Amino acid sequence: MKISLKILIIFFLSISALRAETFSLLSEYNFFQDIKGQVPNKGVVPYHIANPLFSDYTYKFRFVSMPDNTIASYNYEEVFDFPIGTTIIKTFAYPVDDRNLKKGFELLETRLLIHRKDGWLPVSYIWNDNQTDAEIKFIGKTIETSWIDKNGITQNVRYRVPNINQCKSCHQLNKVIQPIGPKGRNMNLDFLYNEGKKNQLEYWESNQILTNLPKRKISEPAIWDNESFSVSERARAYLDSNCAHCHRKGGSAGNSGFYLSLEQNNGVALGIRKRPVAAGRGSGGMAYVIDPGKPEDSILLYRMASTDPGIMMPELSRSLNHKEALPLIYDWIKEME
Amino acid sequence: MKNFLLKITLLNFLIFINLTGSLLSNTIQPGPLSYEEIQKALILSKPGDIIRLGEGIFEFEDGLSLDINNVTILGEGINKTILSFKNQKSGAEGLMITSNGVTLKDFAVEDTIGDAIVVKGAKGINFIRVRTEWTGGPKESNGAYGFYPVQSTDVLIDGCIAVGASDAGIYVGQSERIKVLNSIARYNVAGIEIENSFYAEVIGNISEHNTGGILVFDLPDLPQQGGHHILVENNIVRNNDTENFAPEGNIVGNTPNGTGIMVMANQFVEIKNNEIKNNATAGILIASYQDEAEDKNYNPIASNIFIHGNTLINNGFNVDKVRASPISEVINGKAPDIIWDGVVPLIEWIGLRSSKRIILGDNYSDSNTPVFANLKLMTKFLISSLHKVDTSYENYRGELESIGPVIFEKD
Repeated sequence: MKISLKILIIFFLSISALRAETFSLLSEYNFFQDIKGQVPNKGVVPYHIANPLFSDYTYKFRFVSMPDNTIASYNYEEVFDFPIGTTIIKTFAYPVDDRNLKKGFELLETRLLIHRKDGWLPVSYIWNDNQTDAEIKFIGKTIETSWIDKNGITQNVRYRVPNINQCKSCHQLNKVIQPIGPKGRNMNLDFLYNEGKKNQLEYWESNQILTNLPKRKISEPAIWDNESFSVSERARAYLDSNCAHCHRKGGSAGNSGFYLSLEQNNGVALGIRKRPVAAGRGSGGMAYVIDPGKPEDSILLYRMASTDPGIMMPELSRSLNHKEALPLIYDWIKEME
Repeated sequence: MKNFLLKITLLNFLIFINLTGSLLSNTIQPGPLSYEEIQKALILSKPGDIIRLGEGIFEFEDGLSLDINNVTILGEGINKTILSFKNQKSGAEGLMITSNGVTLKDFAVEDTIGDAIVVKGAKGINFIRVRTEWTGGPKESNGAYGFYPVQSTDVLIDGCIAVGASDAGIYVGQSERIKVLNSIARYNVAGIEIENSFYAEVIGNISEHNTGGILVFDLPDLPQQGGHHILVENNIVRNNDTENFAPEGNIVGNTPNGTGIMVMANQFVEIKNNEIKNNATAGILIASYQDEAEDKNYNPIASNIFIHGNTLINNGFNVDKVRASPISEVINGKAPDIIWDGVVPLIEWIGLRSSKRIILGDNYSDSNTPVFANLKLMTKFLISSLHKVDTSYENYRGELESIGPVIFEKD
């Protein structure tokens, strides 16, 4: 009896501890002046990144909120060092009609990464049917929905809101949770602020939320769908942002020895004539991850082009094919010698 | 009045205890909401918690995951509590564990779309009386691995059953301190496979009707390689007669049909007191890694392989001519019970250096000493006119220090 009482007390303490760290409704954080329109309050800074992760054609609205008088530290290759108390906010949405965004969006979920003393906590809020607010959900959800795509075709999707463990699987590096997107080489872009168009890094620096920027000019990031960059630059940029959060040393796919970060330059580690190890039917009967010059014989492309959960890559975040990216990876492998 | 109030308070308290008590000790039963219930329990659990699953078939469309240390998932029996993923629509595996010290006990995971149970980067994982199975029999479309701990330490697999995996039923990769005990592997491509791992014991298992019974492999281009100190003892490795059904491209797809125990590119492996019967290509096969590897840190050649006390009966009666062509090309008719490809570093082949590669103690056959063959593939490749298979058992007789028991850090 005594023991069960103790367990009870611990149980309720821990439940309340969980509650205390997070709000049950997104509105309670007071990030937005217009929550449905995703218009942030002052001090909540919107941003975008050079090469976003493909997530079943959702649009993403990104914001960062830092405590007053705190500042993040710049890093080119890795995520900025954000102060405790920072929240990174990302809302996933489908346009009603991708040909005319004025028709509005269906908001699906808003994910927060909250930087606490003991690390980053990922939580997701799922939007209600009236789109007036979003409610916390730790265990994920399946949302069956549809939108009209750029060609005017209605697309149906089984959108998966990740549970907290799935959040971690992409966001962990050496078992520590961290953000993925806001790193120097992803952020050196212009953004249309209320005050007008400005470079994001300069804007952050002048608003005193980012420090330690290098004096020299920071190189412009290659953007996967911008044809002014070479096929190779574009492909590597795409693979970096869509694969390398897991496919890097210490990432969730670190055991594969197949690493796709922009900084990786070892051919075998990049997949070139690398044998599959634990791919199972993900190998598709092919001998190499990348068979140079032969995209049709390369496991990389095969898995990117699959929607079978036992084969496809990435494992999470998509149920549809990214049709626009597949030709790029095809061309990249084709032009290899 | 005071008394009455006290009674009410007490009553309320009792109801409260009752409600929360049942919440705590509740066994989750199969039903339309069981996915949410289980995943919620997995996420909200605390170290030390036991999550109980009732008897029956749980049907899931999405994968499950656990990331809390020292949690136990407890079913009511290896054939009673069944997690079925027959209609899986998302998640690359059935159950993913990423925390330390987890115990899985008394349940089964069936028909996952990819791997059945994956454990990544765990310090301590116990599988006790757990079954993973693809119920449609051996098929290329089955998931790759049944039990798949990787980059983990202190791995215990005891009393488990693995059926139908299109790669390995029980697979331990890039791990350290491993015990695979008293388990059964059937109708997989590889029954039990220890890959790129250090300090493992595989004892008292039955591996039958797979393509290969027990494989000890080391592969290049991986974060952990140089597998060593593997003890394979007292296993029954018989009737491995399922045609290789691995999807092409996978290394395990090269496993010859009817392989008993195979070692590739490992150091310090002891194969002791096993009963190896009715394996069509070979009873025991020791090989080097055959593909080209650019990896300079990788050693493709096996050494310090100590084979003794094994009983080998009726092996090598129908060599797989495709996957074991190096054997069938140099041996006519029945193949020897124990086969080594004879690949050594060039400096050793010339004779400028020698080292312990294959050491044979006493082994037994139904009639006499089992037949051993060094295929001498180096000679065949370099000066084929001088090539001759070496079948003199006594040339390889010797002794190596036994490989000690695996001791877990917490033991």
